[in-house]
Amino acid sequence: MKPGFRNRVKRLKVTLWTLIVPPGVWAVHFLFSYIWAAVSCAKLGEWSLFPTAFTIGTVVALGIILVSGWIAFVQSRAPGDPPPHEQGTDIDRLRFLATATLLLAALSFVGVIFTALPVILLNDCR
Amino acid sequence: MSLHAQDDPDLRRAQEERLRAVWKPPEGLFLRWTDTNNNRVGVWYTLTAFGFMLFAGVLALIMRTQLAVPDNDLVSANTFNQLFTLHGSMMMFLFAVPMFEAVSIILLPQLLAARDLPFPRLSAFGYWSFLIGGVFVSGSIFFNAAPDGGWFMYPPLTTRTDLSGLGADIWMLGLSFIEVSSVAAAVELIVGVLKCRPPGMRLNLMPLYAWYILVVAVMILFAFPPLIAGDVLFEMERLLGWPFFDAARGGDPLLWQHLFWIFGHPEVYIVFLPSIALFAMLIPTFAQRHLLGYPWIVLAAVGTAFLSFGLWVHHMFATGLPKISLAFFSAASEAVAIPTGIQIFAFIATLWAGKVKWSTPLLYASGSLAIFVVGGLTGVMVAVAPFDWQAHDTYFVVAHLHYVLIGGTLLPLFGGLYYYWPLITGKKLSDRMGRIAFWIMFVGANLAFFPMHLSGLEGMPRRVFTYPAELGIGGLNLASTIGAYLFAAGVAIVCLDLALSPTRPKGKRNPWNAGTLEWLALPDDEDWGIRSVPLIESRYPIWDQKDFVKKVDEGRFFLPDAEEGRRETIITTVLDARPIAVIRLGTPSWKPMLTAIVLGAVFILTTYHLYMAALFAAFATLAMVLWWLWTGTAEIPEKPCKPIGHGLEVPLYLSGPSSSGWWAMFITMMADATAFSGLVFGYYFFWTIHAEFPPPAFPGPGMVWPMVALALTLVGWAGTIATREVHARGKVTLARTLLVASLLATFASLFAGLAGPWQYAMNPEAHVYPAIVWTLAIWTAVHAGIGAIMQGYALARSLAGRMTPTYDADIRNITVYQHFLALTALVAYATIGLFPAVA
Ligand code: HEM
Ligand SMILES: [Cu+2]
Repeated sequence: MKPGFRNRVKRLKVTLWTLIVPPGVWAVHFLFSYIWAAVSCAKLGEWSLFPTAFTIGTVVALGIILVSGWIAFVQSRAPGDPPPHEQGTDIDRLRFLATATLLLAALSFVGVIFTALPVILLNDCR
Repeated sequence: MSLHAQDDPDLRRAQEERLRAVWKPPEGLFLRWTDTNNNRVGVWYTLTAFGFMLFAGVLALIMRTQLAVPDNDLVSANTFNQLFTLHGSMMMFLFAVPMFEAVSIILLPQLLAARDLPFPRLSAFGYWSFLIGGVFVSGSIFFNAAPDGGWFMYPPLTTRTDLSGLGADIWMLGLSFIEVSSVAAAVELIVGVLKCRPPGMRLNLMPLYAWYILVVAVMILFAFPPLIAGDVLFEMERLLGWPFFDAARGGDPLLWQHLFWIFGHPEVYIVFLPSIALFAMLIPTFAQRHLLGYPWIVLAAVGTAFLSFGLWVHHMFATGLPKISLAFFSAASEAVAIPTGIQIFAFIATLWAGKVKWSTPLLYASGSLAIFVVGGLTGVMVAVAPFDWQAHDTYFVVAHLHYVLIGGTLLPLFGGLYYYWPLITGKKLSDRMGRIAFWIMFVGANLAFFPMHLSGLEGMPRRVFTYPAELGIGGLNLASTIGAYLFAAGVAIVCLDLALSPTRPKGKRNPWNAGTLEWLALPDDEDWGIRSVPLIESRYPIWDQKDFVKKVDEGRFFLPDAEEGRRETIITTVLDARPIAVIRLGTPSWKPMLTAIVLGAVFILTTYHLYMAALFAAFATLAMVLWWLWTGTAEIPEKPCKPIGHGLEVPLYLSGPSSSGWWAMFITMMADATAFSGLVFGYYFFWTIHAEFPPPAFPGPGMVWPMVALALTLVGWAGTIATREVHARGKVTLARTLLVASLLATFASLFAGLAGPWQYAMNPEAHVYPAIVWTLAIWTAVHAGIGAIMQGYALARSLAGRMTPTYDADIRNITVYQHFLALTALVAYATIGLFPAVA
């Protein structure tokens, strides 16, 4: 990885909106999985698009979650104020939001895999 | 004001007198009910919700008495249906959700050291709506007219007017009215948390309760609107015969189940998370240390909120959906156990690491967690589809849901009651009575609900008014009944404790030695909320910041005065809580109550099919709202800025995204858009269940009129944006002209939108296709009408000199509305106009 890239990541700003990116990705993936299954079962009676579209979608979702988790990880280690990082400073606020985002990314990652499991285990419309 | 000035006791006394005068509550037999101060409205709200809980509890006792022995005939089957429906509906809609909002209305300003919430009159409006709707719904049982379709009111039994009476309308319309007030409260709470924090309280220093309020209020915003959309369809079917849920005419009862449970499952977390929030406040106090894992708790709250929207179909496992769909929801249902577990572990860890004081509130907290965990475990069981097929609609489910609700909502609230009573009254409740009551309730709850797991597995269905002796479940049921009475005895002791409270002496301030801001309240409460708004540097300022309480009391922080004789509070930025303005708050007024009364009349009159009167009431509501807004919002201040102490001077007026009004509009429209997507979901849902949709036998609205309507809406939208920009540059006359043109375009789009279905004589009673097209068209047209009224309002404000290029909140707020209107029109008209061509 180029050193410049890492620095640019460090300068990105976490906000309340970026906090909800990983679970938002989970939600979109979940919704699309559900709609895709419901529509293809109702309209075609089978999963004509499986597995390509679904696999790509899942990989993309996991990818976005990983990237946002990684950005959050880098930011959650922003150097500066002393531990326990509970102060009202810029750095501590940044570290808090980044840590929460990182944790959410982990949860969302598991969530997306959970959603993908049924598709792997069951593959018809009964 | 420098620090020196506050050293002068005379100045401080003068400030206190001014504050006291400004915040003086209205007095007198009638006038006192016009109050809007969060302290008082919150207390009314709490007491009312508590009263509804007791009432619903009595209904439960009647049911348990009926079920005590086999073949009992204390109440008839019909009455029993009304009892369980009203019990369940009241507990959920009139107790659990409003109670969260009520408690938050009391606590939030104190937690955030705000003088009040940003829209005190909106809170009062919410309260009066709640009271009117609640009395209307619960009173129906005395006229043998209560709803009887179960708390989820499944069609077709409930939509067929030959099979169900007025009760179904009372449920739909009465509770819709309350849903509106719940959404109103949610808007208030979100804006409160985001914009009314004290300076320095960055996101990472926010008390966890505020985090939970934010999360839960956002959940309400996305969960209630689908139900409102469902209610709309439901009443259209009942009152007008539009066949949304009638399979004979192309409808489908499952659509209701989807819409209901998209609301219904998040609802479970909406009533559970606030209790966890109470724990997050009281556990650090009794462990006398900071809560461990603050970001973990935030993760858990946000994670639960998201996941909870992916669970709704687990209530529909037995409806014959494809297994793959069931499996998605089963997986998400198991995933949600992760964040729930994390919160509980964070609490255990905190207790572990601290020096625990086993107080009464802590006893309630830990006891209810134990009960909740049992419910959580059976929840994991019923989330597995094959198990659920066995247990569905049996008493096993009744046991599960009561473990969750009693452990996750009711008992934690009692814990919160013991913890926060001193904050509100200045007096502690009796520890002894509290503990006795706790143990009685704890034993009672388990005795009542544990046997239900077994009677359910033995085959006792839920919602039966009696059972034969041969089934061999008499003993289990008798145990449940005894348990229910024990539980009721415990509740009675709590009530007695509350009743004795006025006879007890006042205690000391901050009796539990807590570290968070709300405990700044004095035993003899002042109505001003907080003496001066502090600068926050820690999550537990009372513990960590030097001389904190003294400095607040001596007015050494911000806004220690009310020089202009106005009620005020500080507005700060979302992330870092930098002070950016002082806003003037609403004062006591009749308007909120009157508006609630006329709006309530709309719903109640419609229930009795008095449509003309209802229409009249609707116009009265519109007039009331306009009057309220005209006189009470976006007021131009007498000077642009004012000093708030420590050399800081901030504006008295905000407009655009930094203002609270803009956020309120934005948030309300998010809810509105969610309701709309519920309707759109209906359209595409019907498309999936029909081989051909739109059905060839029924004409559509054509393409032309929908496209004309869309174009007109977009013109109105672009015109409003142009108005805003031109106006901000000082060209007032041009802005007014543009606004008139936009108004005309928006208004014309109303008629163009309806013209399509009208021209092709689409008959909504014939089939679900014309019905859903009409619904989308009417929804959009009504929104265009409201948009036009708003444009007219902004024009009038400009002409009346109440809106100027510097003070332009009105035009900025209505532009937000226009964005959403344009989006609604885009989706609606593309759906009804273009989709038939591609389907
Ligand atoms: C000791 C207190 C309580 C007792 C004895 C009790 C008893 C009952 C009984 C007997 C039923 C009817 C079961 C059936 O026939 O299928 C029921 C249903 C229900 N209860 Fe409770 N309950 C209590 C507290 C609560 C609380 C605190 C809540 C919610 C906050 C609640 C929510 C519900 C709901 C949603 C239903 C389902 C109603 C329906 O089937 O439509 N209950 N309860
Ligand atoms: Cu659920």
